[in-house]
Amino acid sequence: MAEYIVELKDCTKRFPGVVALNHMQLAVKPGEILGLIGENGAGKSTLIKVLTGVHKADEGEIYVNGVKQEFHNPNDSAAAGIACVYQELNIEKLLSVTDNIFINKWLHKGFLLDYDAMHKKAREVMLSLGQDVDPTKPAGTFGMGIQQMIEIAKAVLIDAKMIIMDEPTSSLGEKEVEQLMKTCRDLKARGIGIVFVSHKLEELFELCDRVEVIRDGQYIDTRPIDQWDNDSLIQAMVGRTLDNQFPKEFGKKGECFLKVENLTVGGVLNNVSFEAYGGQILGLSGLVGAGRTETVRAIFGADPLDGGKIYVKGKEVHIKSPKQAIEAGIALLTEDRKGSGLVLDQTIRTNLILASFKHHSSGMFLDERKIEETGQGHINALRIKTPSIDEIVGQLSGGNQQKVVIGKWINSDAEIYIFDEPTRGIDVGAKVEVYNVMNDLVKKGKCVIMISSEMPEILGMSDRVIVMRGGKVMAEVERDSKHFNQEDIMKAAWGGSLDD
Amino acid sequence: MTKKKGGSVQLGTIAALVIMCVFLAIANKNFYNPSNIMGILKQTSFNAFLATGMLLCLITAGIDLSVGANAVFCACLMGALKEGGMTNGIILMLIAICAGALMGFINGTLLTRLHLPHPFVSTLGMKNVLWGMALVVTKNKMINNFPTSVQFLGKQTIGGFGGGFPVSFIVILILYVIMHIFLSRTALGRSIYCAGGNMEATRLSGINTANVLTFCYTMSGIMAALAGILSVGRSGICNGANATQPYDTDAIAACIIGGASFTGGKGTMVGTMIGALIIAVLRNGFTLLSIDSSVQNIVLGLVIILAVLMDVIRASMEAKRRRLAAAK
Repeated sequence: MAEYIVELKDCTKRFPGVVALNHMQLAVKPGEILGLIGENGAGKSTLIKVLTGVHKADEGEIYVNGVKQEFHNPNDSAAAGIACVYQELNIEKLLSVTDNIFINKWLHKGFLLDYDAMHKKAREVMLSLGQDVDPTKPAGTFGMGIQQMIEIAKAVLIDAKMIIMDEPTSSLGEKEVEQLMKTCRDLKARGIGIVFVSHKLEELFELCDRVEVIRDGQYIDTRPIDQWDNDSLIQAMVGRTLDNQFPKEFGKKGECFLKVENLTVGGVLNNVSFEAYGGQILGLSGLVGAGRTETVRAIFGADPLDGGKIYVKGKEVHIKSPKQAIEAGIALLTEDRKGSGLVLDQTIRTNLILASFKHHSSGMFLDERKIEETGQGHINALRIKTPSIDEIVGQLSGGNQQKVVIGKWINSDAEIYIFDEPTRGIDVGAKVEVYNVMNDLVKKGKCVIMISSEMPEILGMSDRVIVMRGGKVMAEVERDSKHFNQEDIMKAAWGGSLDD
Repeated sequence: MTKKKGGSVQLGTIAALVIMCVFLAIANKNFYNPSNIMGILKQTSFNAFLATGMLLCLITAGIDLSVGANAVFCACLMGALKEGGMTNGIILMLIAICAGALMGFINGTLLTRLHLPHPFVSTLGMKNVLWGMALVVTKNKMINNFPTSVQFLGKQTIGGFGGGFPVSFIVILILYVIMHIFLSRTALGRSIYCAGGNMEATRLSGINTANVLTFCYTMSGIMAALAGILSVGRSGICNGANATQPYDTDAIAACIIGGASFTGGKGTMVGTMIGALIIAVLRNGFTLLSIDSSVQNIVLGLVIILAVLMDVIRASMEAKRRRLAAAK
């Protein structure tokens, strides 16, 4: 018997333009809980997908019980005994617990499905996970905790040797987390290896035997849990040096353009308050799921707000729809450019004026000459590479598409520009151009709010940073503060407090 | 707008229309008889009204299955009011248009404010409601002897060529020019395409997409009412039982043949006009060649499937071309 139940060696995975995993390694012993942590974009998801056969690694080897494996698809990985409970559960809410557990692994009696046997077995498996539930009931009638147990039951049923849990506690209540931890310890006692991905350090310290840290697609370190502490984990996660890829320029700090007080969205945002000033870039930092996007969508009227006040230039506004937000001078560049930023099968011309039809009409009709003039102006100023203004936006590269969205919002003549992950998925050159747009805006006295999951970008471009976690503002750091560094901001994002 | 590609699609459909006409002219001498041509134009008008509303809904990635029943209901409503003693044709028509608009508005409201999952549901339900209501208001009877002003749109012709050029088709031509300008040159028109292309992006750009959609379904209702008025003039009667005729399918077919797509964001008035002409020529050809009406239905059904299939193939070829271009 090999020392490790699953071992990944020297694995490299490239995507066009990016090395997602670079000589990555991971090894889990039987009956061991291995914590896996890293920043946003460190490569955790890709690593999981390689282990589960969703992605095929370009280089590297995977061993299960010392036997070399080739995974061509998720079925190969499952057959070898690797299961994964994804953060987004694969539960068919309308089907029964039994159906969910036995999906694609039906038990038959002759030509018919043997529901008696399946219900019985489903009940047994769920009981062994500490859940006394009626397996004939639809899965959707149970809470997230039990739905997650159904996923774990699926893994147990295929006799998994290793179960990967991708941020399993992110949507659970306190009691459910306790139950999950108990279940993990039970599974561990059965000799199953567990990879536990979490954004919560305290959980790792409570549960894990060892913790592996990865960063920028590379393996950094693995140590037994007693050889880690908060500071050393965070140090290992961020520990890169900042290179000067950020052409930061400073505007003159103006009045308070946007002030929000006690923004609340039930279960998502919890009394979020902050201020943003003209002539400055306010960075919103935090881990994925910290509530940053939810905050700006609520301000913009894209999602309803349950409580709180919004002031634009000192005057309270009641924003119920994006239309009202735009009228109040707010622009929101969403994080999902294709899903909610652009009409892909329309032209650049149309997309550029989407948020400013009024400015581009004379009387009843659209003023095509003006549209062409301003449009061509944006194409030149933003250096949008396109044969013509009538090109279909879907045909442009990601960076050029992003510039079209930016052009759309500049056209809207806003005072407050909210950029949600403005450089995600675009190449380095286009990134610099996006930064320069932000520089121009603050130099014109506009207010820019930038959400970014990339720490260097936050530090490189922000005049001030708000750190969020779990729908709350954790810290506020000025550029000249001693806390304006990767370690302290990361610490706040992971729930630590910054003392003065 | 997508000038180049729109053009090539339309060239294909125009070619199909011409080929059909040439074939029919050879197969049956009566085809290019002026009175037959005028008959085709009359037939086109009814469908062209319905297709106008249908196109707006299709561009928003929706559908309005109640247009045919709405047209019949509006006609029957006029008939019932006339039987009740109202003889002013102008008022009758105004009431019909308001009723059609209201039904469309209800369709739009069900979709946008009450959040029914897909207009398929609300408009299919509405179709049955209107069918029943058409029979209720007419007490299951056919009604005739409408005032001449009501019959003007469907009956009147101009000049003597082939029995006269139908007024209804002139109205259609004017309507299509206005709608073409509306769709391509106004903010609301452009918003309709954008809403169909990406509802969320359009909403987040500050456009009230709920209002845009409601507008489209209301317009569809008004167009149905106009078609209803036209039908009264053309046949001289209203008949609630007609609500089950495949009018909706013909309207959808005209739009799809003309380049509209069920996935939204596409379609033009010019294309829809050609589509409506193709449907009318097909139906006319069947009659001239004395092909059984059940066979007509089979062929028309196949034509619709073929049109959608071509749309799907076109889209996937386009996607492949883009992929290859991006890989370079």
